[in-house]
Amino acid sequence: MNLTAGHIFEPQEFPVTRASLVQYAGASGDFNQIHWSDRVATSVGLPGVIAHGMLTLGLAARAVAVWTDGAEVVDLGAKFTNPVVVPDDDTGTLVRVAGSVKKVEDGLATLALEVTVDGTKVLGMPKAVVRA
Amino acid sequence: MPVDSTLVGRVFPPTRPYTVTREKVGEFATATGAAGAPGTAEKVPATFPIVLAFDAMNAFLAAERIDLFRIVHGEQKFHYERPVRVGDELAVTLTVASLRQIGGNDIIGTSSEIRDASGDLVCTATATLLHRGEAEGANA
Repeated sequence: MNLTAGHIFEPQEFPVTRASLVQYAGASGDFNQIHWSDRVATSVGLPGVIAHGMLTLGLAARAVAVWTDGAEVVDLGAKFTNPVVVPDDDTGTLVRVAGSVKKVEDGLATLALEVTVDGTKVLGMPKAVVRA
Repeated sequence: MPVDSTLVGRVFPPTRPYTVTREKVGEFATATGAAGAPGTAEKVPATFPIVLAFDAMNAFLAAERIDLFRIVHGEQKFHYERPVRVGDELAVTLTVASLRQIGGNDIIGTSSEIRDASGDLVCTATATLLHRGEAEGANA
């Protein structure tokens, strides 16, 4: 684990399929139909079934845990700026989490994250602060 | 139908206490990218409290007769006082912190305090929820 300012972590990639959404729905208790029904998703103006924003943030948190050997998280958050559309096929989509250490201060490391799908940012200002 | 503006500042009753189990944590970790089988040493993922916060949100939506499928998550933050551990018994108190109307949509800000069995604050989960008005088209 390298928590010195400026360190760039190895990006982590997570495939997300419709099965991942079903699995996350079950594990989280979030059964919002926009995450499994194209009919309902399009009826509220979405392009189709989208991933739970919290699944995407959960994957970002997983990347942070991998990079920091499970360091204690003090702050974690993001805006859900672009929906992650998950097609009804066998490959789904790929969520990529990149990150670096922005600063280390008072025993806390602030990590800047970049979470993208096909090069487009899906989270706005994702940030994690861990105990260094 | 816009969300009732007198909601701001309302504090909803605490949710029923929730016991964090190793099995549930393993299931959640697996669903959020943990490689391989969840180990018994698995730490509680940082986004796990959403399970409780979501429950509190559902109770709030039901009380206000807001359809879940019209809700899109806009923002989520967690601030921890201490990590959540297996065996914790947690309850959530949700407060409606803010409400704005933009283009037929409601932007609802909530703050959920997650406390342990002794009443100590463990984590504060703040969320922005976008409630899509019924005449609303695509803007995501």
